Amino acid sequence: MPGIKDRVAVVGMGCTKFGELWDKSDQDLMVESCHEALADAGIDLKEIQAAWLGIQGAETGCSGCRLARALKTDYIPITRVENYCATGIEAFRGGAYAVAAGIYDIVLACGAEKLKDTGATGLTQMGGEPQFGSWVWAPVVAPARFALAATRYFHVYGLTPEEGKRMLAMIAVKNHHNGSLNPRAHFQREITIEQAMNAPMIAWPLGLYDCCGVSDGSAAAIITRPDIARRIKDDYIVVKALGISAGAGTQGVMADDYDFIHIDEIVKSGRMAYEEAGITDPRKEVDIAEVHDCFTITEVLISEDLGFTPRGKYKEDIEAGTFNLGGEVAINADGGLKCFGHPIGASGLRMLFESYLQLRGQAGPRQLKNPRIGVAQNYGGQPGGGISGMAIVGARD
Amino acid sequence: MAGITSYGAYVPLWRLSRDAIMKGLRGEKAIRYFDEDSTTMAVAAALDCLKGQDRDAIDGLFYATTTAPYKEKQIATTIAAAADLRQDIITADFSNSLRAGTAALRAALDAVKAGSAKQVLVVASDCRMGAPGTDFEQNGGDGAAAVLVGDSAIAVNVEESHAISRELHDIWRSEGDTYIRAWEDRFAYTTGYRDTVAEAVTSLLQKTNLTPGDFAKIILAPPNPKIMGDLSKKLGIDPKIQVQDTLFDVMGNTGTAFPLMLLVATLEEAKAGDRLLLTSYGNGADVFMLTVTDQIDKIRDRAGIKGNLEKKRIVDDYRTYLQWRELLVFEAQPTPPGGHISATALWRDRSQIFPLHGLKCKSCNSVHFPPQRVCPKCRSKDQFDEVRLSDKKGKIFTFTADYICSRKEAPRVTAVIDFEGGGRMVTIMTDRVLDEIAVEMPVEMSFRKLVTQDGFHNYFWKSMPLRSQSYTKGGDK
Repeated sequence: MPGIKDRVAVVGMGCTKFGELWDKSDQDLMVESCHEALADAGIDLKEIQAAWLGIQGAETGCSGCRLARALKTDYIPITRVENYCATGIEAFRGGAYAVAAGIYDIVLACGAEKLKDTGATGLTQMGGEPQFGSWVWAPVVAPARFALAATRYFHVYGLTPEEGKRMLAMIAVKNHHNGSLNPRAHFQREITIEQAMNAPMIAWPLGLYDCCGVSDGSAAAIITRPDIARRIKDDYIVVKALGISAGAGTQGVMADDYDFIHIDEIVKSGRMAYEEAGITDPRKEVDIAEVHDCFTITEVLISEDLGFTPRGKYKEDIEAGTFNLGGEVAINADGGLKCFGHPIGASGLRMLFESYLQLRGQAGPRQLKNPRIGVAQNYGGQPGGGISGMAIVGARD
Repeated sequence: MAGITSYGAYVPLWRLSRDAIMKGLRGEKAIRYFDEDSTTMAVAAALDCLKGQDRDAIDGLFYATTTAPYKEKQIATTIAAAADLRQDIITADFSNSLRAGTAALRAALDAVKAGSAKQVLVVASDCRMGAPGTDFEQNGGDGAAAVLVGDSAIAVNVEESHAISRELHDIWRSEGDTYIRAWEDRFAYTTGYRDTVAEAVTSLLQKTNLTPGDFAKIILAPPNPKIMGDLSKKLGIDPKIQVQDTLFDVMGNTGTAFPLMLLVATLEEAKAGDRLLLTSYGNGADVFMLTVTDQIDKIRDRAGIKGNLEKKRIVDDYRTYLQWRELLVFEAQPTPPGGHISATALWRDRSQIFPLHGLKCKSCNSVHFPPQRVCPKCRSKDQFDEVRLSDKKGKIFTFTADYICSRKEAPRVTAVIDFEGGGRMVTIMTDRVLDEIAVEMPVEMSFRKLVTQDGFHNYFWKSMPLRSQSYTKGGDK
């Protein structure tokens, strides 16, 4: 199995401003992100041989035609994918594997979402079968799913509610700081620990600032082989690994030996990707990690699941500044889901966009010193029975 | 031979202080929580009654109510399913009169006597509504009772009975009526209630050649406390000594369930050999002469009336009561109330929804919920025994409280619980006070209403802090 390492490159990316974009449809956003990516690569839409569209939305029965109609592509193959909130990485993965397989030379992966047309403040019920349990009884809403982990994390590690909430508040403060340096982010305002700790409660112990933005937005990537990339531009980036793990619920709400403070599919997707990339010490080798901080507690679990900090030690590390810009591993340098926002299908590609900027020295005030390896980790669903997608990218040699 | 072999009752945890209805009113009345209705209360009373009984030996379930959530669709089947009874049993709903509870009891006695069933469970439950400001609102309460009728191990013998059918328009509710309607109370309470019950009692005394003084307790279930004195005088009995406490101060008149609930309260105090007189009124009267046997001491470990009344939470805010009663309705809820309406999914998943069956793996012995084709632990396929989780206690593993759900419920507490004997379940908690919830807290299950849409009601089990703790023998750790 040769794997994906160094076999595909990204030569162009685009990302819209995320936010409550009342005057834009998902197709407007696709046009923006894809044309930015094409301009960035300096190629024409005609050179795109196939495309993958990641969009989840309330709207099932959606297809690749949504992107075709937006861009007016010339009847090329377009696949629409959906894999919970890990839809963005899934779209990228489809394109990357098709190129690596030698089927196409240049493809486009686009993620987009229009969440703010429903009238709901949070997410509305998605269509289809519930993620867990029967139609007849209640599936658990997203904030509650992760809040269950927070309560347990506090209990297991002996944190008082005050100490636990303070740890989570530090994540919100860090990601808001990073978001304040990012003109494309949904939220660009710094907040204080006190603001985060005293915010209105959403799902105990998670308050308003523990929850990510519900946003509209789109991001896109142009994927090709390194030999073609070299002809297109000097500063392309290469894919080091891709991993995706679908949780079976065997370590989740059904299993009475599940601890609620780790997420197996994240551990597995991480292992898969690290092995492919040849990474043995993630804390030392990864410079920038965009992880799926849908809620602050999720960033805690992911950071431990992906080996950026030992189990139960997240608090010590966030207090030591390990995950700040310039820290040992910069986590969510662009503001994360928390502040950049979370248009579901777009998020995975938005994460890659930050590595794309950072590895090429184009991240402006957020720029890290000479980063070499970036991780994008995209997650969706019910812990234990969800989807975790990983992409590891690196600067070209 | 046919008689009562077990009893049970249910009174909601919540009591509305009558002072909240009108300044200066005395006492409190039992009110259903927002997720309860007559059906869920009936299930709770049925399960109380079935404690220690072999559920597979029950041959029928007769259910009485005037507040069924459906005009067409049987409720007895819902109760039987939630109580995990067999499917080859007789079921029927009795309705349209507050006498329906004793009508169901009589039918059960007749069925057992005739030999068409060996054991029939009789359940009565009501949550009627009096219009704001009326006596009906002040005096009415919510609750349920259940008695098991059988032909052996009889705790209460039914020696004699008498019935009167009386076409008389005193109280009624028509199609579409939310509240109880009544004719002038002087007519309703005298010519209606007082005279009819007195006539039935007199006939029974003649049949049995007894006098009121021969009864240890007389159970009267009047529409309000005021009429008690009048009826007692007419019967020649002392209401303070011989008449069973009507619980108006702490519970209220619970409609169809009222006579049977008062019977349960009487039986909790009764001794072997006691002779009792049970009366019931509604478009006529039913009266029964009962004698208590020494079996009564074997069925004492019920929540019954006493256990249920002991544990309570006071609601002193009339607006809360109106919200729970759906008399004060909010606009569309920001998030769905949980659960979808689907008759086919309800049918397919019926064993997990009504009797709360999980699966126990034959290969690795682990228990899981909801049922899966492949074992979540050892991955063996289709090798399971069904296990009932609804009567298992559990402990909270972790929990959260959702503040963005419906305003009626906010915050909605979701608790992941571990059952004694294995199995984990994600539950919504009910009858809880947020500040008291903690990891490791012991819980039990309660059948509640999740959502109503287009006249279709979805029920499912929720977890709640142990209510049974105080009366379960040996206690719970």
